[in-house]
Amino acid sequence: MSGSSTRGNMPPLALHVPEPKFRPGDQVDYSHLSIPEAGAQPRPDEQCAAAETQALCFDMVRVLGDDHRAVGPWDPKLDAETLRRMLRSMALTRAFDDRMYRGQRQGKTSFYMKCTGEEATSVAPAMALASDDMVFPSYRQQGILISRGYPIVEMINQIYSNRADKLKGRQLPIMYSAREASFFTISGNLATQYPQAVGWAMASAIKGDTRIAATWIGEGSTAEGDFHSAMTFATVYNAPVIFNVVNNQWAISSFSGFAGAERTTFAARAIGYGMAGLRVDGNDPLAVYAATKWAADRARSNAGPTLIEHFTYRAEGHSTSDDPGQYRSAHEREEWPLGDPINRLKQHLIALGEWSEEQHVAMDRELMDMVKAATKEAEKNGILGHGLHHPFHTMFEDVFEDLPWHLQEQSEQAIHERRVKWPEWSEEGKQP
Amino acid sequence: MTYEESPVSLAEAPTRRLNMIEAINDALDIMMERDPSVVVMGEDVGYFGGVFRATAGLQKKHGKTRVFDTPISECGIIGVAVGMGAYGLRPVPEIQFADYIYPGLDQLVSEAARLRYRSAGEFIAPMTVRSPFGGGIFGGQTHSQSPEAMFTHVAGLKTVVPSNPHDAKGLLIAAIEDNDPVIFFEPKRIYNGPFNGYYDKPVEPWSKHADSAVPEGYYSIPLGKARIVRPGNAFTVLAYGTMVHVAAAVCAEKGVDAEIIDLRTLVPLDIETVEKSVEKTGKCLIVHEATRTSGFGAELSALVQERCFYHLEAPIERVTGFDTPYPHSLEWAYFPGPVRIGEAIDRLTKA
Repeated sequence: MSGSSTRGNMPPLALHVPEPKFRPGDQVDYSHLSIPEAGAQPRPDEQCAAAETQALCFDMVRVLGDDHRAVGPWDPKLDAETLRRMLRSMALTRAFDDRMYRGQRQGKTSFYMKCTGEEATSVAPAMALASDDMVFPSYRQQGILISRGYPIVEMINQIYSNRADKLKGRQLPIMYSAREASFFTISGNLATQYPQAVGWAMASAIKGDTRIAATWIGEGSTAEGDFHSAMTFATVYNAPVIFNVVNNQWAISSFSGFAGAERTTFAARAIGYGMAGLRVDGNDPLAVYAATKWAADRARSNAGPTLIEHFTYRAEGHSTSDDPGQYRSAHEREEWPLGDPINRLKQHLIALGEWSEEQHVAMDRELMDMVKAATKEAEKNGILGHGLHHPFHTMFEDVFEDLPWHLQEQSEQAIHERRVKWPEWSEEGKQP
Repeated sequence: MTYEESPVSLAEAPTRRLNMIEAINDALDIMMERDPSVVVMGEDVGYFGGVFRATAGLQKKHGKTRVFDTPISECGIIGVAVGMGAYGLRPVPEIQFADYIYPGLDQLVSEAARLRYRSAGEFIAPMTVRSPFGGGIFGGQTHSQSPEAMFTHVAGLKTVVPSNPHDAKGLLIAAIEDNDPVIFFEPKRIYNGPFNGYYDKPVEPWSKHADSAVPEGYYSIPLGKARIVRPGNAFTVLAYGTMVHVAAAVCAEKGVDAEIIDLRTLVPLDIETVEKSVEKTGKCLIVHEATRTSGFGAELSALVQERCFYHLEAPIERVTGFDTPYPHSLEWAYFPGPVRIGEAIDRLTKA
């Protein structure tokens, strides 16, 4: 095969294909990660010029130190009641994940995605935002719904695609939509929510509203064009929006290097757009809260958008369809230098004298029972594939506001097929 | 109130002679006045008023936060329009040329089109994407395409193509008021005058054409209703946009008694009008400028065959552009002009 140049005096070009540091079976050593001391990062004024945040794009905002105390200018100084509420929402998110994961393994649904280890990146921002600020999540932000008090029975109905599922069984499990919780419908296509959040924020500004938008994305999908379109539009129109990049190190089996992490940080993407950027310890709920509050205040005062990189670790597989043991070292999780967000907040509350191991055990038990009861409640409405789904004609609804002739004809065909397959079916909703 | 329901008949309504651009501008202006949630955005649409002048004067009249320029990013334009719709606005983004719409395709196909469905009605995308399309202006392969078939293939999108100033205004108002996403393709060859297919003859202005009489003020033409441009018995012509005029001119020249139907909306399609006509004439000629394979003509041909087979007296004729990119210098060799249409008519007439 020819095609190579014959300029023999020049070195051959070499293609760099990124490779993660550790593969299955490898010992893990995270000493190459620079983890700055908690409390050491400056906190610029919320209305500062974007350029003043440049150093923070390469630093890491941290509040909780190794001694479990909150320190430094980013300490949000939350009262104990708020901290306990935060802890409870994160613990409920984890209990919910565990139960739903088991449910999928038991065949009650087709699919599930846990957010284990990343709970702080959704619960803490949800608490720092106003409850009517609009969120455009990716697929691992169930903590927002839980934090906003959305009924977990509704979440389970959706996961089971059952007869009570508000989304009529149309969406893959966990692709919630909850307008009353100011929670946008989750796509399943990656990064599309980013420009949409900007559009919502632009609309809010056009109307002279006071509500802002926030959106989430994984570090892997920052490579999508939508991410860059969103960043451009947000800075061009100074839109009141917060961009969260949850850098959990892994996009299914591709490590963050395939999104550019070998060259720079994800927070530093903000610099080229002239946007404020913050890089945050994503396993430190207080740092995440403080960063979100900073960005929310900034957006609400027309001082512009902010990009926040949450440096965290995906402790479990991408989804129930994934087996991380095939591509990464199992030791990564235990060696992760930023610890576990629930444990860190728990230890902080204990250090403050506002919590105890006994209280924690009791809370976990209570939450487990609560999720179990909600699961039983949801199961009354059916589980996936057991016939208690929405009626056939609903399949044709909501394609358009009104049913056009071609969908009317196709709907009649679907109902005809049902009668052929299940002659005993009756209009009263008794489906096999 | 739709045009058909209007208490004022076409003859009585005060009208002005407008070209397509002026009619579209008028529709946007009226809707911005009637509905404060309507916003217009796109590349060069603001101060400058659009490369084809469709948004001229709108920014000055309605303000910078309702009519504004955007970055050159169709993905961003459609993406923010989805978010604006979720907020409660009614965005009317312009994609400067239909050929440029592809970077915004994911946001249209996977997002706007399915928002209502996937959220069971919690969120909708009430946007109208306006875009000049079609060839015949020496636009080469990146300023001449007719990609309407792609959008008709997507569940949840409506596709509209007006063929004259009167319809352009009424259909655009209906599209903006529609709560579903509408792709509104404007045949740019006929922006300034109808086109009979003879590129070497002088352009006739809209002012000499009956359909340039545009009623003043607000009216709408319902989406999904075709128009019988000329009733006839010899065969049925199904066309839209520029090709309505070209087909009509060839039929007139040949002195054939064709029934010419301007579909106006491709999805939802006015199947009733199509069926009724073909059942009457027994023959069908389908004309579009877009490439042939999997073009919208293929869908039309299939529908006519499935639903009118026992009335057909001849094979359905399909006249289209060729399956090549739109070439610059050989533009008129590509265009489905009088020769291609005329020969199809001859075959139908002889059958």
